[in-house]
Amino acid sequence: MEWTPIWLSLKLAACTTLILFVIGIPLAYWLSRRHSLGKVVIEAILTMPLVLPPSVLGFYLLLTFSPNSILGSWLHEYFNISLVFSFEGLVVASVIYSLPFMVSPVKSALAHLPVSLAEASYTMGKSKLETFYRVLMPNIKSSLWTATVLTFAHTLGEFGVVLMIGGKLAGVTKVASIAIYDAVDNNQYHEANQYSMVLFAITFVIVILVFIFNRNSVRGPLE
Amino acid sequence: MIEANIDKRIKTYKGNTQLVVSAQFPEGSITRVYGSSGSGKTTFLKILAGLITPEKGEILVKGICWLDTAKKINWKPQQRRVGFVFQDYALFPNMTVQQHLEYATADLQLIERLLLIGRMESFRQHKPQHLSGGQQQRLAILRALALKPELLLLDEAFSALDDDLREALITEIKIILKEFKTTTIIVSHHLQETAGFADHNLKIEQEN
Repeated sequence: MEWTPIWLSLKLAACTTLILFVIGIPLAYWLSRRHSLGKVVIEAILTMPLVLPPSVLGFYLLLTFSPNSILGSWLHEYFNISLVFSFEGLVVASVIYSLPFMVSPVKSALAHLPVSLAEASYTMGKSKLETFYRVLMPNIKSSLWTATVLTFAHTLGEFGVVLMIGGKLAGVTKVASIAIYDAVDNNQYHEANQYSMVLFAITFVIVILVFIFNRNSVRGPLE
Repeated sequence: MIEANIDKRIKTYKGNTQLVVSAQFPEGSITRVYGSSGSGKTTFLKILAGLITPEKGEILVKGICWLDTAKKINWKPQQRRVGFVFQDYALFPNMTVQQHLEYATADLQLIERLLLIGRMESFRQHKPQHLSGGQQQRLAILRALALKPELLLLDEAFSALDDDLREALITEIKIILKEFKTTTIIVSHHLQETAGFADHNLKIEQEN
C-alpha cells in the first residue's frame, strides 16, 4: 500500500478546514445576525453542496475551472494557475463543497446565544470584534469543534467532486478515496481494504477526540 | 440631569403601539419605572443604553447629547458606557466572577470592594452556572457598577434576592451610587422590591 494518497487526503482535509475556519466563522456570524431575504438566498446557495450530488457539483466546477472558461483562462493568464487536475483545484473545490459543514453548526450556535450577552459586552465599551472573540466564540466552543471535525472528516471522505476536478494523478490528486476506488477497479481488494482501514481509524480517532473534548457539553458533539 | 424624550413604535401581542416617554432624571436620583407588561419598560432602558434606536428622540446627559434623531446624533453603546443589569443577567458562561469584573474594569481595588459588598469574595473563581439565582443577580449588579457609570439601568434587578440580602445590598449600593454620582433607573413591577431604594417614580404607558 502506498502512503501518498493517505497523506494527500490528510493534507487536503487540513488545508480545507483551515481555510474554512478563517472564512466560515465570520460568514456564520454574519448569517446569524438579523434575517433578510438576501441572506436567506445566500444561505440557500451555501447549503446547496449538502443536497446536490457531488458529481453535479464537480461537473460544474470542472467547467468553471477549465482553461476554456473565463475564470480558468484568466487564472492561467495572470497567475499561471490551473485549478483543473491540480491539488490547488482540489482545495478550492473542497472549500466550496464543505462550506455548509463549517457554517451551519456555527451559525446555529451563534443564533441560539442570548442577544443580551453581546449587548452586555457593548455597554462595557467592548467593540463588536472584541465581543466576538472574548464572549461569543468561547461560548460556542463545542459547536466550533463539531464544525471543524465535520469539515475535516467530510473532506477526508470526498470522492465525486475530487474525481471530477482532479482525476487520479498519482502524488497530485489521487487521494485515499480515489485510491480505494482504483484498487477495487483493478481487483486489488487487499489494498482497498488497507486504505479503508486507515481512513476508518483516522476518522474514528477524530470523532472520539471530539466526544472527549465535549464531554461536559449539554448537547452531544454532533448535535 | 438626564433628559429623555423618546418616541418609538413597538410590537406587542396586541399589535403595534407607540412608546412615548418624556422624563427628566436629576443627577444622582434613583427612579423606579413601572407599567403594565409589554408597555416598553425594557425597550426604554435599551434606548437609553444605545442598544435600540427610536424613530424620534433626544437624550441629554449633563448637557451632552447622546441622541438626537433630528440631528442624526446617536452615540454607540460603547461610547455611552451605561451600567446595565439585564433581566436575564446576561452573564458570560465562559468567565468566572472575577473575570466578569475584570472585563468591566481594570481597577483591582474597586473589584475587591464590589466583591465584598456583594458577599461574593469566596465565589470569585466560580462560573455563573455554579452560582445560585441570587448570586448571579448580584454578580450582574456588581459588573454594572464596576463601570462607575454615569447612568445605571436595572431591569428587575432585585427580583431573585431575599428580603434581608436585598436590604443589605441596597444600603451598600446606595453608598456607591452616591460616591460615583450615578443616576439610576430601575424597572420593577413590585413597589416593595424598591422600597428604600428609589426616590422617584415614572409610569410608562402605551399610546395607540
